Amino acid sequence: MDAILAFLQAVPYDQILIQTVNGIVTGMILALVASGLTLIFGIMDVVNFAHGELFMLGAYIGVVVLATSGNFWVALILSTLTVALIGAALQVTTLRPLIGRDPLTTILATFGISLVLQNYALWAFGPVARKIQEPFTGYFTLFYLEYPWYRLLIAGLSAAIIGGFWLFLKYGTYGIWIRATTQDRVMAQAMGIPVPWVHTFVFAIGAGMAAASGVLFGPLVGVNHAMGLDWVLKAFIVVVVGGMGNLGGSIAASIFISLLEAYASIWVSPAQAVIVSFVVLILTLLFRPTGLFVPTPK
Amino acid sequence: MSSADRNIEPLIAVEDIHTYYGKSHVLHGVSLKVGKGEVVGLLGRNGVGKSTTLKTIMGLVHPHRGQIRLAGTPITSLPAHKLARLGIGYVPEDRRIFRLLTVMENLRTGLDRSGVTEARKRELLDKVFAYFPVLAERRNQAGGTLSGGEQQMLAIARAMMLEPKIILLDEPTEGLMPRMVWQIRQIIDVLHREGVAILLVEQNVPLTLEASERVYIMEKGAVRHHAAASALKVNDAVIHQYLGV
Repeated sequence: MDAILAFLQAVPYDQILIQTVNGIVTGMILALVASGLTLIFGIMDVVNFAHGELFMLGAYIGVVVLATSGNFWVALILSTLTVALIGAALQVTTLRPLIGRDPLTTILATFGISLVLQNYALWAFGPVARKIQEPFTGYFTLFYLEYPWYRLLIAGLSAAIIGGFWLFLKYGTYGIWIRATTQDRVMAQAMGIPVPWVHTFVFAIGAGMAAASGVLFGPLVGVNHAMGLDWVLKAFIVVVVGGMGNLGGSIAASIFISLLEAYASIWVSPAQAVIVSFVVLILTLLFRPTGLFVPTPK
Repeated sequence: MSSADRNIEPLIAVEDIHTYYGKSHVLHGVSLKVGKGEVVGLLGRNGVGKSTTLKTIMGLVHPHRGQIRLAGTPITSLPAHKLARLGIGYVPEDRRIFRLLTVMENLRTGLDRSGVTEARKRELLDKVFAYFPVLAERRNQAGGTLSGGEQQMLAIARAMMLEPKIILLDEPTEGLMPRMVWQIRQIIDVLHREGVAILLVEQNVPLTLEASERVYIMEKGAVRHHAAASALKVNDAVIHQYLGV
């Protein structure tokens, strides 16, 4: 009994609360990145290795537009739209011709796009990280911390974007077309749904969501040509843990894994806390390969 | 051209189509016609290419050779979604309803297209709900939770949302209880009265002969026999020769 009481007294509740907030903020950004990735996989069976570079490209376009316009929100919107258009063009020129071919060809194609975009960014912007200035710099006190309001804004905006997208999928005509195509693309065609354009549209949405997360997260980290790598790796983990192609599962997995990493970093260094994601991934693959957040297959 | 279809003004004309799955030659020069508002049966044993014929007409498989025309216009190379918009409805043999979409959302996949006014959408929905009251009751239920018969009704109702000139019906009574088979038979009559042409693939020979005006019989990927349904009803020898019943 004494041991339990001693343990409970030793638990750093203030740190747990701080890390809960951190975990949710990071989880929402990750959910925004992973939503695009899982959506593209769910509808097109394409594992998009260039997703991290679309995130990076979004952040760089944000840097350029912010430098020109001086307005963060203009940078966010323009970057999202531009990368969505680039995504649509990439899908039409690179992935559409590969439909029906060996899935390995699409993996190689997206990997190639990722290398091209990364090296283009290195050539155009150089190796020195750029910074996106956050739209406001207010803080509030969370225990002993001055916690930036901007972090909460990121979580709120990410939730709003994902929520808006969910409403679009649920009630919009094109949302129904996307869901129908995800379930049975042959029958969707037979119902008059232009499936090739649905694929392009979804790839554009996924690219736009990656770009939006890049701009939103830009003020917290430096913008550089390799910034997409970490995020896309984590996004792949949550897509597998959440269930490939399962949008709700990916969102739940994003928050779950980010919270676990945040809690782990109370006791170990943040670099070591990343291991938690891989442990969850390995356990999921071993014991529930269809994903943690999908109904048990019957 | 056989004598039975010589005077038909074709809505769909399939001319000498050869279809392959990979290297496997499945259709060996199939030709058939379906007139406006006509119900035509397509009979044959399992694996003779009946479903592939429907898939080829629907643009889900493209033939290597041959021509398909809709009201005289070549449609052979058009993708399926364009054919659906041109007025070809397709009800596949395994129904393939969108299982996670509600009944209403399944119907909306065909209903929400450009050029259809809200009033027209309402009319179409009222019409199918009058034919299939159970779909109205279950409009907010996921398609995957419906019984087999209800799913078949939904598959037909969904095709009707496209206001098709012709519906390709692939084994609509397969696995259904007799009451449902009777209901499907009624629906074929209703569609026929409305002037919708039907190309009906069936294993149920009596139903096909009852519902159809003309019948094609396939064997080994080609049409081997073609006659008026009334003539086949009194010619057991042909039915026995090609279908073994």
